[in-house]
Amino acid sequence: MTVGLFIPCYIDQFYPNAAIATLKLLQKLGVKVSYPLQQTCCGQPMANSGFEHLTTGCNELFIDNFAEFDYIVSPSGSCVLHIKDHLHSEGQPEKAKTVRKKVYELTEFLTDILKVEKLTARFPHKVGVHQSCHGQRGLMMSQMTELVAPPFSKPLQLLNMVKDLELVALSRPDECCGFGGTFCVAEEAVSVKMGKDRIADHVNHGAQYITAADMSCLMHMEGILKRQNSQVKVLHIAEILNAEEFNAEI
Amino acid sequence: MSTGIKDHAALSDIFNQDEARVDWHDETLWFVRAKRDKAANTLSEWEALRENASQIKDHVLSNLHDYLSEFESNAQKNGITIHWAADALEHNQIVHEILKAKEITRMVKSKSMLTEECHLNEYLQKNGIEVIDTDLGERIVQLAEEPPSHIVLPCIHKKKEEIGELFHEHLGTPKGASDPQLLTAAARVHLREKFLTRRAAITGVNFAIAETGEFVVCTNEGNADMGAHLSEVHIACMGIEKIIPKRANLSVFLRLLARSATGQPITTYSSHFRRPREGQEMHLILVDNGRTQQLGRADFRNALKCIRCGACMNTCPVYRRSGGHSYHTAIAGPIGAILAPNLDMKQYADLPFASTLCGSCTNVCPVKINIHEQLYKWRQVIVKEGYADPKKAIAMKAMEFTLSNPSVYRNAGKAGRWVMKNIPFLVNNKLNAWYNQRDMPTPPQQSFREWYKKNNNE
Repeated sequence: MTVGLFIPCYIDQFYPNAAIATLKLLQKLGVKVSYPLQQTCCGQPMANSGFEHLTTGCNELFIDNFAEFDYIVSPSGSCVLHIKDHLHSEGQPEKAKTVRKKVYELTEFLTDILKVEKLTARFPHKVGVHQSCHGQRGLMMSQMTELVAPPFSKPLQLLNMVKDLELVALSRPDECCGFGGTFCVAEEAVSVKMGKDRIADHVNHGAQYITAADMSCLMHMEGILKRQNSQVKVLHIAEILNAEEFNAEI
Repeated sequence: MSTGIKDHAALSDIFNQDEARVDWHDETLWFVRAKRDKAANTLSEWEALRENASQIKDHVLSNLHDYLSEFESNAQKNGITIHWAADALEHNQIVHEILKAKEITRMVKSKSMLTEECHLNEYLQKNGIEVIDTDLGERIVQLAEEPPSHIVLPCIHKKKEEIGELFHEHLGTPKGASDPQLLTAAARVHLREKFLTRRAAITGVNFAIAETGEFVVCTNEGNADMGAHLSEVHIACMGIEKIIPKRANLSVFLRLLARSATGQPITTYSSHFRRPREGQEMHLILVDNGRTQQLGRADFRNALKCIRCGACMNTCPVYRRSGGHSYHTAIAGPIGAILAPNLDMKQYADLPFASTLCGSCTNVCPVKINIHEQLYKWRQVIVKEGYADPKKAIAMKAMEFTLSNPSVYRNAGKAGRWVMKNIPFLVNNKLNAWYNQRDMPTPPQQSFREWYKKNNNE
């Protein structure tokens, strides 16, 4: 099995530890992973702003970088959902179709493809899980509170394998954090208010860390936490699932 | 985005200046969402009901012409006078003509979002006709000279103390009184006089049944019934999408409607109007007002399945923190944001962007409208039609160039410089909009790519 590692642009630039943890975790689980060096961005920022017609270049580049792999794995539910829903190519439609089919968010890849049943990670902290909307409602990584359906959660399934980790319950387990791509600046007032409210839910329930399968939500919440001089930290779920060797670096 | 008037972002900014009030508004509507969850969870067949309702509505939209003809002919057999209105103005004129013919200058009206959409009250008032809204929430916003901020809970943005103040001014309740029971009692006395003296009543229509030619009006206060039963002239107004084929279909919708709206098992009154009583005139106006145009837009037609329950508003984290008036249209919230651009793409170009695309609206929708997907699609249409901010368009072009060229991206991305200034979410150079209330991430020593090249020896 070959896996192409797709690292979203802002993770590459701002949160390399999340990417490193993703890579090491996959390698630890025996997967052969490559990171294509010519990758840039999935094109979502343009598409969600109404400029999907400008994403042709990003789409072609993505196909060129990733079409050869058996699977494409990324530590971002949102970017994966964008590829799944919106990656198209007039020149190579078949390749685009297979790329859409074989792209996975990290935790769903671990639970559904690798069928991971145990991890060696240890993380002795109280952790609040933020269910990022695109992963949860788009990729259906967790059951959604709006639906009358049995509960499940791929991220929680994995976090429950981490030794000494204590999950905190939230009042609103799947409310949006307000990041929303360009929404975060175009609708600054509402975006920040949503972020503050989400953080308060975690903090009021004693979380020391807020984790998620999407770094963009965490970046938004981290920006507010830092401004509040809060001691609460954000950490990508890959860093917790790979926590043993990363404890020193956190 | 829209010129001249404030857009959703600007109006939300104003709304958010009073954070305690935003918290109150959010909690109030979240309480309704939680009640909806509880009610939905009492029915193990909930998801099947939603699917069933969705399919019935899809079927109606695909056969609308036939069902409208069937309904018209059956309703006429029942003695209902049918009118057809192409747009809001024609609808308002028809109402006015009916009243003029009977020399009626004062009337009562129960809740009808269609008449809000058509701005009927303003039209009639300009023509010297007094309209009293008899739904309590609507009467409150009418006294405050404001539009409803929510389709089911019109005055949800008002605190009881503010309502007490309004009632003191208009209905003579004691100054400072804000006990809901006292205020409601005062409203009852006030409205009773209107019901007894007005000769004409307007109601909305929740469902019109093709098979029988009857229509169903759902209220909790019984005000539609009071108005209609005491009037010489009953005028019912409906959008052409309100048709359902058979009475048997009604149960599906009645079970979904109130549970989705307020968490009640059913509305207090679900009244069937089939024929006028002796001596009464019963008119029904079927209104298009852009609906056939929407039906012709393949990506957006199924927004016409909406049964106006308001669940998407209650669940929307943006609506809860921006208030209904920030949408500057009769129907606020996520559903309003996908209906309004059909009527006026320029004026409502901002609304499809007033969302994080979280998708919660789609999940609560009792008729399974793919609301968040339509928001995304409207964004594409609005940009293509040229209604996007030109500065944003330039920034997007620059982003396209950088992100399509790996070497440009890499050079730009060195030391995070390009990303710091042009991180895709901060287009338009609105760095301040991030930084006002949020810190920027600390740029790391090296990017992942740089780390990978050093550390990973494949």
